[in-house]
Amino acid sequence: MNLFKTLAVGAALAAGLAGTATAQDTTKVGFIYVGPIGDGGWTYEHNKARLAVEEHFGDAVETVYQESVPEGADAERAITQMALSGADLIFTTSFGFMDATVAVAEKFPDVKFEHATGYKTADNLAVYSARFYEGRAVQGTIAGHLTDSNIVGYIASYPIPEVIRGINSAYIHAKKVNPDVEFKIIWAYTWFDPAKEADAAKALIEQGADVILQHTDSTAPQAAAAEAGNVYTFGQASDMSEYAPMPRVSSIIDDWAPYYIERVQAVIDGTWETADTWDGIGPGMVGIGEISDAVPAEVKAEALALKDAIASGEYHPFTGPLNKQDGSAWLAEGETADDGTLLGMDFYVEGIEGEIPN
Amino acid sequence: MRFVLEKRPAPSRLMLGLTPILAVIATMLAGGVMFWALGANPVEAIRTIFVDPLFDPTFASYSRPQLLVKAAPLILIAIGLSLGFRAGIWNIGAEGQYIIGAVVGAGVGLAFYPTESRLVFPAMVLAGAFGGWVWAMIPALLKTRLGTNEILVSLMLVYVAENILASVASGLLKNPEGRGFPGSRNFARDYPAASNLELLPGTGMHWGVIAAFIAVIAAYVLMTRHKMGFAIRLTGEAPRAARFAGVNPTRLVVFSLGMAGALAGMAGLFEVSGPAGQISIDFGSGYGFTAIIVAFLGRLHPIGILLAGLLMALTYIGGELAQLMLGMPAAAIQLFQGMLLFFLLAMDVFANYRIRLKTREAA
Repeated sequence: MNLFKTLAVGAALAAGLAGTATAQDTTKVGFIYVGPIGDGGWTYEHNKARLAVEEHFGDAVETVYQESVPEGADAERAITQMALSGADLIFTTSFGFMDATVAVAEKFPDVKFEHATGYKTADNLAVYSARFYEGRAVQGTIAGHLTDSNIVGYIASYPIPEVIRGINSAYIHAKKVNPDVEFKIIWAYTWFDPAKEADAAKALIEQGADVILQHTDSTAPQAAAAEAGNVYTFGQASDMSEYAPMPRVSSIIDDWAPYYIERVQAVIDGTWETADTWDGIGPGMVGIGEISDAVPAEVKAEALALKDAIASGEYHPFTGPLNKQDGSAWLAEGETADDGTLLGMDFYVEGIEGEIPN
Repeated sequence: MRFVLEKRPAPSRLMLGLTPILAVIATMLAGGVMFWALGANPVEAIRTIFVDPLFDPTFASYSRPQLLVKAAPLILIAIGLSLGFRAGIWNIGAEGQYIIGAVVGAGVGLAFYPTESRLVFPAMVLAGAFGGWVWAMIPALLKTRLGTNEILVSLMLVYVAENILASVASGLLKNPEGRGFPGSRNFARDYPAASNLELLPGTGMHWGVIAAFIAVIAAYVLMTRHKMGFAIRLTGEAPRAARFAGVNPTRLVVFSLGMAGALAGMAGLFEVSGPAGQISIDFGSGYGFTAIIVAFLGRLHPIGILLAGLLMALTYIGGELAQLMLGMPAAAIQLFQGMLLFFLLAMDVFANYRIRLKTREAA
C-alpha cells in the first residue's frame, strides 16, 4: 500500500518538480568521478572533500556528482549535462577527463572548471594535483626497512608520469635504507578493479614480495595481504585504516577538502582565476596516515622525520646523485629535479628492473 | 488447480512482438520499486530516465542528438552480430573487433598527420573495417579449418585486443606532444581532415550514424531479398535442411563473422575519430558487449535492432541524468539496465509456451 501511495504522490509531484529552478544565490558545484564513491580510495576521498564543501558552506552551496563516469565520449556528455544543469564550478577528477573537460570548458565560458592531474588550462579551466611522490618517499623508507625477503611488490595502474614518479620515489627511498631491495612491478591497467588488483597482489606475494605498494584505489590488495599473512601494505589515496595495524602499516591520504573549499569560496567571491596547483605534504594536500605499531619505533621515527623534512621544504625526494635506469646521469650531487621533468617523467631511475610498458 | 506451461508448436508471432514491450513495462515497475527502496521518487526516476532526455527543456536539445551518438555504434555492431546469430554462429568478440578497427583506422589516419586531404577519412573508414574484419577472420578460420569454438576464440581475442590497445596508446600511437601521457592525438580537436564531427551542428548526425542507418536497410534487404539471407535463416532454423539445400557452412561462417567484424571495426573508427576523439587505454567502453544485448532485444531483426539501440541509448543517457539530478548511484542504473535484459529473456517464456490452467490435480 505504501508503495502505491508513494507512486500517487510522486505522480502529483513530478509535474511540479520539473520546473523548479535553483535559487539565485546558491552556488552549484559539480563533481565528475571516475570510480564509485565507495571505492575506499581515490574517488572516496574526492567525495569526502565534496561533503566537506557542503558542510563548510551549508545552504550557500549545492553539490551534485556523477560517479563511475567512463573516460572518453561518455565523460564529455556527463560534464556537458552537469554544466547544462546550472553548475557554476565543476571538478573533473581523473586524468582521462582532460580533453573532455577542455572541450566542455570551451562551450561554457561562464562555468568554471577544475581538472585533476592534467596539464591543459584555459581562462575558465584550472588544473590541480598533489605531489603524491612525497608520500611515496615516506612509504619507500618504511617498506625498505620492513621487507625481509627484500622484494617489494608494486601494483601500478597506468604508465603515466604520475605513476612512474611514485615508483621512482618509493624505490629511491627504499634503496637508501636497504641496498638489497628489489621492486617487482605489475601493471594493472586500471584505477579501480578489485578482482584485478587482488590477482596482482597474489601474484606479487607468490613471487616473494612481503611488502606491497599500490597505485590502484581499492582495498582488494589489503584483503589479499591479510589473507596471506605477514605481508605489509599501505593505504592508497584513502587511509584504509580498517586494515590497520596489519597488513596496512601506513597510508598516503589525499586531502582535497582545503583546496575545494578555497576554490568554491573564490567562485562565491568572484575572485576565481585559472591556476596550476601542485601541492604536497607541506600545504596538507598529501597526508601520511597513522604509522601502525607493526612498524618498529625507530623506523617510524625515521619516516616521520623524513615527512617533516619534506613538509618544511628542507628535503626534496628527488635529490642527486641519481642516474636513470640506463645508467646515464640525471641529477648531480645535491641537485634536485625540476617540476617540468617530474611532470613528464617517463623513465625509471637506476636499479629498477623491467621496462615501462609501451 | 494450477498453471502449467505448454510448449507451443511454433513461437507465437504476436508474443514475439509483444514481449519486448512487456519487458520494458516490467522493467519500469521493478525498477520503480528499486528506486523507491533507494529513497527516490519512483515516478520521477522513471520519468528522468525515459522522458527527460527527450523532452526536458534544459537537457533535451543536447541529449536528443546524443541518443544518436550513443546508439549508432550499438546498432552498427548489433546488425553485424545478428547475421551470425541468426545462423547459429556466435561471435561474442565484437568488442575486440571494435577496438582493432579503431586502432587500425586511427593508425592509418595518424600515419598521414597532418594532411588536409579529404581522402584520409574514407581511407581510415576502410582501414577500420579491414581491421575488424581481420580480427573476426581469426575465429572464422580457426572454426572452419580446425573446428574450434568461435565463442571462446572470439571472446579471448577481446582480451588480446585490449592489450594491443593499451600498448599502442602508450607507445606506437602515443601523441608525441602529449608530455609522456598515454593516448593518441585528438582527431576531433587537432586533426580536422581525419575527424568525424557532427555533419550538421546540433543534430548528433555523424558518419557513424549514417552508416548505422545504411546498415539497417542493407541488412533488411539482405535478409529478405538475398540468397545469402535465405541461407542464414535456413541454417539457423534447420541446419540439416540447409545442408541438403546446398548451403556451404564454411562460406556462411566466413561471411557472417567477416561482416560482423567489418561493421564493428567501422563502429570503432567512427567512435575514435569523433565522440571519443582519441585512442586511449580505456577506449573500449563495452559497446561490443552491449551490442549483444541490443541484437537480442531487437529480436535479431534489423528494424528491431534500430529501435533497441535507441532504447538502450535512452537508458544510458536517462540513467546519467538520473544520477546527476536525483543522486542515484551508478550501480542502480546498471542494475536497471540488467533488469531490462532479464525481463526480455524471461518474457520469452510466453512466446515459446502457452500458459494453461489445469483444473484436475495431476498425480
